[in-house]
Amino acid sequence: MQKIIVCLKRVVDYNVRIRVKPDGSGVVTEGLKMSINPFDEIALEEALRIREQGKAQEVVVVSIGPDDAQQQLRTGLAMGADRAILVQTTAELEPLAAAQVLHRVVEREKPELVLLGKQAIDDDCNQTGQMLAALWGRPQATFASRLELSESSATVTREVDAGLEVLQVDLPAVVTTDLRLNEPRYVKLPDIMKAKKKPIETLAIESLGVDIAPRLRVTRYEAPASRSRGMMVKNVDELVAALRDRGFVA
Amino acid sequence: MSRLLIIAEHDGRTLNQSTARCVACATAIAPAALDVVVLGSDTGAVAAQAAELAGVTAVLAVTNAASGSALAAILAPQVAALAADYDYVLAPSTTFGKDLLPRVAGLLGVPQLSDVMHVIGPRTFQRPIYAGNAIVTVEVPPGTKVVATVRGASFKPVSGGNTAPVRAVDVAAPLPTHTRFVELRSGKSDRPDLQTARLVVSGGRGVGSAENFSLLYKFAERLGAGVGASRAAVDAGFVPNDMQVGQTGKIIAPELYMAFGISGAIQHLTGIKDAGTIVAVNKDGEAPIFEIADIGLVGDLFEIIPEIEKRLR
Repeated sequence: MQKIIVCLKRVVDYNVRIRVKPDGSGVVTEGLKMSINPFDEIALEEALRIREQGKAQEVVVVSIGPDDAQQQLRTGLAMGADRAILVQTTAELEPLAAAQVLHRVVEREKPELVLLGKQAIDDDCNQTGQMLAALWGRPQATFASRLELSESSATVTREVDAGLEVLQVDLPAVVTTDLRLNEPRYVKLPDIMKAKKKPIETLAIESLGVDIAPRLRVTRYEAPASRSRGMMVKNVDELVAALRDRGFVA
Repeated sequence: MSRLLIIAEHDGRTLNQSTARCVACATAIAPAALDVVVLGSDTGAVAAQAAELAGVTAVLAVTNAASGSALAAILAPQVAALAADYDYVLAPSTTFGKDLLPRVAGLLGVPQLSDVMHVIGPRTFQRPIYAGNAIVTVEVPPGTKVVATVRGASFKPVSGGNTAPVRAVDVAAPLPTHTRFVELRSGKSDRPDLQTARLVVSGGRGVGSAENFSLLYKFAERLGAGVGASRAAVDAGFVPNDMQVGQTGKIIAPELYMAFGISGAIQHLTGIKDAGTIVAVNKDGEAPIFEIADIGLVGDLFEIIPEIEKRLR
């Protein structure tokens, strides 16, 4: 195939424990380490492997976000993507708006495959890939743990509640990635240097003609109700007695 | 007069319990009509089961040979066509609902809420973000269709005993042929289903190997419990991924959850925070799992599990 598009979302790094602002107006993100959404990183790794097997010519990474999202696109280029597109906005897009923006990019770029994470680890929505597939009128294969390509179709193993489901989808298609698809490569220093020469195209979001105004109103952020620490027992006798008290064992 | 539609999850024979949990969420919204749609190649048995759920107004049976394997690409156009008559469309936040509903919302051009865990008002809901580290309250403005997936662990399934009417409905929507079902490989066992089991025994990295998990299977069998695992145990290859409990696996709410050799990473704790009683057994007394466990015991699971079994009558 000619082209794979991989969508990269800039999110608070996986290892950072976020906190809710005391006034409930949001979560504290200022000054935190930002990274590529880990599921998207897996999507990029998969795209690179497909290209390295000679099954694709070009891997294009796309992000929607502020200027700073160039950092994540640079990381994507250092991993091995050929070029990058940043759709610039300081607004936070709901998944539907993100899918509409990506649809515009896909119409222009005409890839055979769009790969992205099954969800972003900030809003945990798990919607964008499916919505893009709907808008584009193309197949979707979500939660992929294995992807095999032929000329005109992809065979995708999906992680579903009942086990592993295998689908065959015609290309072009949207595939969203789950954790066990692959382990993304580490970026090496020479690759970072090389990536500086690779192009990042920026598009003003206004130029795409998508209404990105939020359709839902988030009125409050709060910390989750926490479970409190219970009791420690000293030995198995006490444990079994406690389970018996609660009626779990006879 | 608001009208609400729930998309039933089923395997062609049995209604998944996630549907009864969706009905509980819908009941809290209190619509004038609470309908359940069963889409499939053979809908009779499942429609009859859905009609028994308390609070259901009517069951729509949409039978189509193409709907046999519940592909989102096939079901979404049918649901989108039906949605014209409804103010709310709900589906369970299982891999079935998560796959299907955003495609429906995309076709309708409306936003979607994921993982509704609490109904505050008819258009106001709570949902988790950042792996459950924050909870947001979201309002859907008047005039916007409410399309939402429902986090099953947050709602108790409604009871049966209803006799709602079942109506066969024809949906005229062009269906694509670009997506084909190949096979489902399930790790089917005789153990209770992880998502609906009353008791769950779960193992983590501390179990050490796939072979050692047999200790947990045997113990679970003795208790009549389902078996789960942490992401660490799945990633280490001890057990298949469909056993994973946590934010990126299954979110469950059993009456008793017994965690053996699980340290308690935040993403795992998110998956069990609605459990009734949490028991933790771990060698490391500092493990985070003890912060949220109702009953904790520091020790070696390989000694403790056989000791517990000896004391069971």
